[in-house]
Amino acid sequence: MNDPHGPHDQPTTGYTGPTGPADPTAVLSARGMVKAFGGVRVLNGVSMDVRAREVVVVVGPSGSGKTTFLRCLNHLESIDEGEILVHGRRVGYKDGLDRLVEERPRAIAARRRNIGFVFQRFNLFPHLSALDNVAVAPVKVLGVPKAEAREQAQALLARVGLAHKASSRPSVLSGGQQQRVAIARALAMKPELMLFDEPTSALDPEMVGEVVTVMKELVEDGLTMIVVTHEMGFARSAADRLVMFDQGVILEEGTPEKLMTDPDHQRTRAFLRRIDGHG
Amino acid sequence: MADTSLLADSAQVAGFDWSFFWHYLISPSGTFLEGLWRTVYISVVAQALGVLLGLVIALAQRSRFAALRWGGGAYVWLIRGTPLLVQLVLVYNGLAAAGVYRFTDVQVGGLVLLGVVQAAVLTLAVNEAAYMAEIIRAALDAIDRGQTEAAQALGMTPSLTMRVVLLPQALRIIVPPLGNEFNLMMKSTSLLSVIGLQEMFLTAQSINSATFKTFEIFLVAACYYLALTTVWSFVQRSIERRLADPGTTPPPGPSLRERLVGGRGGGPAPRGTAVVGKEPTLAGREAS
Ligand SMILES: Nc1ncnc2c1ncn2[C@@H]1O[C@H](COP(=O)(O)OP(=O)(O)O)[C@@H](O)[C@H]1O
Ligand SMILES: [Mg+2]
Repeated sequence: MNDPHGPHDQPTTGYTGPTGPADPTAVLSARGMVKAFGGVRVLNGVSMDVRAREVVVVVGPSGSGKTTFLRCLNHLESIDEGEILVHGRRVGYKDGLDRLVEERPRAIAARRRNIGFVFQRFNLFPHLSALDNVAVAPVKVLGVPKAEAREQAQALLARVGLAHKASSRPSVLSGGQQQRVAIARALAMKPELMLFDEPTSALDPEMVGEVVTVMKELVEDGLTMIVVTHEMGFARSAADRLVMFDQGVILEEGTPEKLMTDPDHQRTRAFLRRIDGHG
Repeated sequence: MADTSLLADSAQVAGFDWSFFWHYLISPSGTFLEGLWRTVYISVVAQALGVLLGLVIALAQRSRFAALRWGGGAYVWLIRGTPLLVQLVLVYNGLAAAGVYRFTDVQVGGLVLLGVVQAAVLTLAVNEAAYMAEIIRAALDAIDRGQTEAAQALGMTPSLTMRVVLLPQALRIIVPPLGNEFNLMMKSTSLLSVIGLQEMFLTAQSINSATFKTFEIFLVAACYYLALTTVWSFVQRSIERRLADPGTTPPPGPSLRERLVGGRGGGPAPRGTAVVGKEPTLAGREAS
């Protein structure tokens, strides 16, 4: 597990991402993230800076560590090495005597408030109406008065085109509708950074469009986002940067234009060609 | 009532006193009704307390602190590994005999709560908590991990996640086995006769020793237990129906707190609360 030569058996060819210390002025600044499951390094030194209003799309083969990367960013997973700053503040860890120590659950919860997360499988609360799914966190976490939170939730549902479904339970909504409620739920916390983990990959093809449309609107509103997706249409039109993950490292990154037409790596070319056919 | 005497005639041959049976079944004596009432309120109070204590134990077993997890596990192991009958005698007679603690009648606002009732409710609740803890733990484990993660991602603390997301969903899973537990609880109260608590079984026994109508009086008792469990099964079914996912909630909807508090005990909790209020009244009558 403490193998210092870990990166050597990876197909890296020089890309290191941003170097130097983490940048506290960025919305997100991650350095050297390492995450192992049972001795297997799933993330093997991932660094990334994301500035305000930037939209980063992450692609890569299944199992390359994309989900793990996002989950580490809001500390749904701990990291073994490295550093994550969101708005200049560490996520999940604080200074101990001689090393970083994990924060208490309460402190971690507080750090997550302004990092939105949209899951592949929606994870809506099935016992609550769509409206309450959106309003519950502002009321319970931020202490927003109930009437005000419901009003805001209604506005957010309208924004994702679901004003008429406010009283519906998730079980009666389609996948696309559920994912839009889930996006509204994350937005209700007014996050500074939104993380999307393959938001359309659990959807029937005819529902992908409605979710992508909502996401494009968020991009236009200037939200800072990291989106793991293989929707190349979205990447092409919305991404400032495309990041290619491979075996726990960032293989390369650049504008969508550059990676799609003239990537540095054969693997990137092959991969993007394959998914673009489906996207 | 004409056919009653007819039945009584034929029953004489079999040695079964039908008129005695019908008499006690249809118009039971005051003492018998008091025994019945005690059976009911002790069951309800013990069950309600057992659910609350069981919740505490279940949460301890899921704690991030190893000591609490260990304590919760040890509790369940100990309680489930010993018979209720032995626990009752240990708590009421054993503690007193060892000079550790003697349950005495206490005055509550001029009314007396019998020591034996305190011991009974305490032991039944403590016993029940071990079983409820396992039920609640299994229900919490059955909830998709994504629910916790979604709550965490929204910045909810572990306790908020539990109250707002996990427990309301666990409730629906808990209610059917909780119903079974309450059914068992009502029948388990017959064991309280061993510590001399005049519930329905011991009442029947004293009537038996006065009349020697053993079969008749215990058949009456059986009928009353059956009536209790049958009524409960209807209540349980209606609770389960109300908890079923309606798909759409009425627009104003009950608040989260109302849902949680109103739903926590399902049916029994509110009834339990009502009975607790009346309890001293009855205990007072017992004492006089
Ligand atoms: N909780 C876990 N325990 C063990 N292995 C895991 C866990 N989560 C992910 N992995 C493994 O880590 C690797 C990367 O997974 P993931 O981050 O989900 O990749 P991606 O999202 O790019 O498909 C996979 O091999 C997966 O099996
Ligand atoms: Mg994934």
